[in-house]
Amino acid sequence: MLMKVEDMNKVLYIDLTKKDIRTEERADLFDAYLGGTGVAIKLLVEECPQGIDPLSASNPIIFAVGPLTGLYPLASKTVAMFKSPLTGNLGESHCGGRSAIAIKFAGYGAIVIKGASDIPLYLAIAGDEVKFRDASSIWSMEAVTVGRVIREVEPGAGVRTIIRTGTAGGKMVRYACAVTETYRHFGRLGLGAVMGSKKLKALVISADKSVELPKQKRREYKRVYDEIQDVVVKSDAMAKYHDLGTPGKIYSMNKLGGMAYKNLESARAPEEVARELSGENIAEKYLSRRISCAHCPVGCVHLASLRELYAPGYYFKTSTMPYDNETIYSLGFMLGMECAEDYLRLNDTVDTVGMDAISTGVTLAWATEAYAKGLLTKEHTDGLELKWGDVKVYSAAINKIVEMPNEFYQSLAKGVEYASSVYGGQDYALAFGGNEMPEYHTGLACYLNNLTGARHSHLDSAGYDLDQKLIGTDFSIEEVASALLKEEEWRQIPSSLVVCFFARKVFTPETVLKALGAIGLEDWTEEKLDDIGRDIHRAKMDFKFREGYDLTKLRIPKRIFEVPTPNGLLKEEDLRQAIEVYGKMIGR
Amino acid sequence: MAKKLAALDVNNCIGCMECMFACSRRVGRIGLDKSAIRVRSAGGIERGFVIVVCRACENPPCAKVCPTDALKERKEGGGVVLDETKCIGCGFCVQSCIIGAMFWNDERDKPIVCKYCGECAKYCVHDAIGLVEA
Repeated sequence: MLMKVEDMNKVLYIDLTKKDIRTEERADLFDAYLGGTGVAIKLLVEECPQGIDPLSASNPIIFAVGPLTGLYPLASKTVAMFKSPLTGNLGESHCGGRSAIAIKFAGYGAIVIKGASDIPLYLAIAGDEVKFRDASSIWSMEAVTVGRVIREVEPGAGVRTIIRTGTAGGKMVRYACAVTETYRHFGRLGLGAVMGSKKLKALVISADKSVELPKQKRREYKRVYDEIQDVVVKSDAMAKYHDLGTPGKIYSMNKLGGMAYKNLESARAPEEVARELSGENIAEKYLSRRISCAHCPVGCVHLASLRELYAPGYYFKTSTMPYDNETIYSLGFMLGMECAEDYLRLNDTVDTVGMDAISTGVTLAWATEAYAKGLLTKEHTDGLELKWGDVKVYSAAINKIVEMPNEFYQSLAKGVEYASSVYGGQDYALAFGGNEMPEYHTGLACYLNNLTGARHSHLDSAGYDLDQKLIGTDFSIEEVASALLKEEEWRQIPSSLVVCFFARKVFTPETVLKALGAIGLEDWTEEKLDDIGRDIHRAKMDFKFREGYDLTKLRIPKRIFEVPTPNGLLKEEDLRQAIEVYGKMIGR
Repeated sequence: MAKKLAALDVNNCIGCMECMFACSRRVGRIGLDKSAIRVRSAGGIERGFVIVVCRACENPPCAKVCPTDALKERKEGGGVVLDETKCIGCGFCVQSCIIGAMFWNDERDKPIVCKYCGECAKYCVHDAIGLVEA
């Protein structure tokens, strides 16, 4: 089916309460804010009433793609927005797989899901048709099985995505994720829990359209496409992400002393642990396949296969799972795993239930330390003796987080910020703005990023990257705050286009303008991009402040000031001052 | 010599679909639905991918069942050439191709079949597909 560039402004509104749909042309939003994050935050502000419970029917889920989605290589991501049940403010999560391609070529720029169903449902979206299907029989299934069932039962042969939750989503674990194409995730901040609260198990979206450019544009489009493809293929990012994938930097980050180990007992694991959990070792022993998101030649997704004796008498099972830098950190380093196989087993458990691996690892790391210090007992843990490196106990604990047999596990299911507020040990509860920390213990910039980033994600402003550049240099707090703000403002552009952050060096302002111009979006300038980058960032921050985010009340765990970073020991007064400086820069 | 497209090493395929996008672009469409090549998972991505494309058969079944001679055997190298003006859109060719390499254009109600031009292979950076001597 034919669509034009301007058809990409269509928003599909789905009401789960009334089981009703409508579509609306929103050129007003797409013309002004491109797509992706830019359009999603505007839709979130329109649709999300102030102060609501994130797990109530009034919390909207927004999926948005952008003008470059499907039209250029590496424009392969979908942005999801919602009010986060983990932090209580902005929920934003990005995911690839085939999700972005399917939404774009189903004919939509964004999908808004409102209300809540009375019975478990999944949505089958095939171009202009939306079907509400009973999901009662798959409600308590794991994500991988849900994918298989829907793949088989739903007709339609075109390219499609199946976005679904695992068991953790249905139980509303507040850091449950949504899974696409078995191995990709809308992680962090609890999209899976919001889907669970709506009794929405899955969406299957089938692409049945393609875009036709005006004849006079086709030559220019092909030229720009080939230029981008050429830069991607020849860039060192291509080799880096394809060969070892994101785990390629695990070993060097540990050597640098910037890797949180055993709940940040130190920032460097012993050499033998680092070698064992390195990207090189896991690739050599367990890597079984590299795959890519649709329309991306890089293939950064690394799958590991683990063959294990399942029962006596030569019964073996082979599990396949994705592995990444962040999951090796959170389930390997943070939980003191000593062998890669144990990390992979735990990774498989987390993946099976469908929870965010970073939040799970950091929450369990806090619980392990609190247990060792006597704050928690076996009564809390339902008999589990939490101990670094004990994969069986951790796997059991993960399943208990989902099943919530007692109040303690109900608390763990709300994240480490909440659990530590009930049971103590906040000095070493490593959440920032309510979100469990990423791996980096590199200095001032990474923690300023964790505390002030709109998503409290290391990807907001890449503070870890700036820290590494600052090692051995003199810098002022103002310089750090200003550099992070500038970076976060610009990152709103790739996430509105929407292109993968791994391609951020390919999509320079100049390339972005060329790419937009070649598809007929010609009235953009570098200045205008900078302006909307700032506008989008402020709109996200406004939403956060509206929902109670307060720079003066940010809790900072003492632990981070007790362990040296590659930039020396971080001082609390410096970090507090940096937050204040950052606040002034954004007018707060 | 005549060429044909071939899956050189399906184990190299990462499922990026750049070949499908490249094929669609030849006819001025950006997307996947006008492609004469298809990449799909081999029953779960962990098992890898299947690359479905015309194998340029000798004595091709699709040409044999075409009631209007719209599909004719290529002069050399096997495979077929489509004359759309003769095609009545019966779809017999699709049924006859047991590997599923005859695709369908819903808008024109005509088959989509590989022209062995190699445009897709130019975008396969992992050497999963390529043009070979027919």
